[in-house]
Amino acid sequence: MNNTETEITDLKTKLISEFQDFEKNLNGEAETTLHFIRKDAFENFKELGFPIKKLEDWKYTNLNPALKQNFIQSFTEYTPALKKEDIEKYLIKNSGINLLVFVNGHFDIGLSHIETKNDKVYIGSFSEGMKDHKDVIEKHFAKIAAYDKNGFVALNTAFAKDGCFIYVKKNYEVKEAVHILNISDAQSESYFSQLRKLVVVEEGGSINIATDYHTIGDQKCFTNAVTEIFCGMNSKVEHYKIQNEGENSYHVGTTQVHQEKDSRFSDTTISWGGAITRNDLNSVFDGTNTECHFYGLYLLTGRQHVDNHTLADHKMPHCYSNELYKGIIDGNATGVFNGKIMVREDAQKTNAYQSNNNILLSDDATIYSKPQLEIFADDVKCSHGATTGQLNPDEMFYLQSRGIGKENARTLLLYAYASDVIDSIKIDELREMVVKKLEMKLK
Amino acid sequence: MLTIKNLKAKVETDEGGKEILKGLNLNVNAGEIHAIMGPNGSGKSTLASVLTGRDGYDVTEGEVLFEGKDLLEISPEDRARQGIFLAFQYPVEIPGVSNTNFLKTAINEIRKSKGEEPMSSVEFLKLIKEKAKLVGLDPQMISRYVNVGFSGGEKKRNEIFQLAMLDPKLSILDETDSGLDIDALRAVAEGVNKLKTKDNAFIVITHYQRLLDYIIPDFVHVMYQGRIVKSGGKELALQLEDQGYDWITDPKEEASV
Ligand SMILES: Nc1ncnc2c1ncn2[C@@H]1O[C@H](COP(=O)(O)OP(=O)(O)O)[C@@H](O)[C@H]1O
Ligand SMILES: [Mg+2]
Repeated sequence: MNNTETEITDLKTKLISEFQDFEKNLNGEAETTLHFIRKDAFENFKELGFPIKKLEDWKYTNLNPALKQNFIQSFTEYTPALKKEDIEKYLIKNSGINLLVFVNGHFDIGLSHIETKNDKVYIGSFSEGMKDHKDVIEKHFAKIAAYDKNGFVALNTAFAKDGCFIYVKKNYEVKEAVHILNISDAQSESYFSQLRKLVVVEEGGSINIATDYHTIGDQKCFTNAVTEIFCGMNSKVEHYKIQNEGENSYHVGTTQVHQEKDSRFSDTTISWGGAITRNDLNSVFDGTNTECHFYGLYLLTGRQHVDNHTLADHKMPHCYSNELYKGIIDGNATGVFNGKIMVREDAQKTNAYQSNNNILLSDDATIYSKPQLEIFADDVKCSHGATTGQLNPDEMFYLQSRGIGKENARTLLLYAYASDVIDSIKIDELREMVVKKLEMKLK
Repeated sequence: MLTIKNLKAKVETDEGGKEILKGLNLNVNAGEIHAIMGPNGSGKSTLASVLTGRDGYDVTEGEVLFEGKDLLEISPEDRARQGIFLAFQYPVEIPGVSNTNFLKTAINEIRKSKGEEPMSSVEFLKLIKEKAKLVGLDPQMISRYVNVGFSGGEKKRNEIFQLAMLDPKLSILDETDSGLDIDALRAVAEGVNKLKTKDNAFIVITHYQRLLDYIIPDFVHVMYQGRIVKSGGKELALQLEDQGYDWITDPKEEASV
């Protein structure tokens, strides 16, 4: 962006004016239940707009410079432009995995392949899913992630079209993991992409989902992702999000989880790409005896900025939540951690733990860490803590005194520090990819 | 092998520095075991730190030569690569780094510095087995994180295990005996005796003579207030055991080595 440019497009106005074009491209879908939701979300976006720094939740993250860019949206018919070779290096090397590829928000059926096909599960695009599972989509779409509070969620809901839909029926365990590969094709244009996912896992079902974000090309791009996850009674869902986008990419992502009785949800969020990244991860416990794990790692350098906001919302008794977020911040980069544990009045016998650790590798690296506990019940076990420091000089010396050079000693220690977050990834091939990438980044 | 001449060193403090080593002389040849004894606070650990290059110390005078080369000029890792090893008085715990990964990295970096190929996994595992047996370390401990959850004695034993794995020329043992029960002490001492050859050397820092019943030193030095104030043969250790340090801590009685 050139600061001397006088004419700055107001992105909000532009997006608003595009909604009618978008509607025209829906081809007869305009009268459906979903579209009434879109319209409602659109009105909400008009009202809410983009969040500004003045809001407490956006205190440390200023998106204004990013939003001044003249982004375009792509909602006309998608013409595949990427080839297999272009995405080869992003693939998880597991032959059994389900692969869904989205390019600038469009489902690319040619690059994708679905392994798990039976009447117990649906893995695919929204529009295909509508054919057989309209009722499920209508029941859950935009019901988990509220769009009347957050402008980005409203915007995403308004323009949601070709998203990802995963549906696991009662008592079905999906053995093959799902890899949702999101690519921003920024080779020639600056796109603003709305990525949408809906995951519905019925009673007793289970699934592992990895979703990662990459950029091809050097143009600026903006990704606005909303993921809704419904964990039915006694279901098990693992979700991994890896933010791998390029240095001219902006990313705002909301993962909103609804957990029923006895369900178990685990999320691992790794952020090491992108110029500015904002991750919102919220889980609401709407039944007793639910279990929830949040793992996070952010590894930042240069002028990168990552803001992690999490909420474990204990509404019911006997639930367990555990959160571990770790940061390694170098250069002039900035990390933000805002983790909230909410224990509501009825949530007796809650066990909720949270910790946020940070290592600052340079004098100009910054972390704003704000763990928050709000407790309205009296019989609970909760703890939280945050630490910020440098590499431990005694550990460094110990390694060096055995002949290990400074660089390698540093890598070993940082790797060790990050390992408990990385070990939470249960797809072996993905974890190995993450380990390789981490080692490369630590060098 | 090692020549220390008139070594004076300060520890960096908020007030600018406090002199701890006040003109220390020592000469260690290949094939020798030297014991350094002395009351708490006399500067024994400081000497070990200065020799291995820990941050936070300023050498203000004197020199240290290792195999004829200036030791103080080079980084801690290069000292280790040239064959200096310190068994720490207080070994640190390193969560997340396994003993095996740690040792493999160390061995291969030392090899690389000599222009040698990395050790094969088969060779490495064989070495681990052999050395664990030699120092009496439970092989289970080796796959665990470095010193994490180890008892005091296990940590010390792990130091000697590392020593055995890295096969240094000069080993400095800083109070390896403290915190050990008699069986562990004997095991550690036996390990050291097996590792000793005519080509390597040991500096054994202790303030009890107990360890020296098992590791027989060629020389015993008494350190007091940053200097070696008396040197002798192994009988000096027995004399110290009998009479304590009082008779020796008169600084005028400084002996040369
Ligand atoms: N980091 C430090 N800051 C200040 N004083 C120190 C520091 N390290 C050691 N000393 C002092 O140096 C002296 C020698 O300590 P040390 O070398 O540990 O002795 P020893 O190992 O013989 O017991 C002691 O008086 C101790 O208090
Ligand atoms: Mg000491």
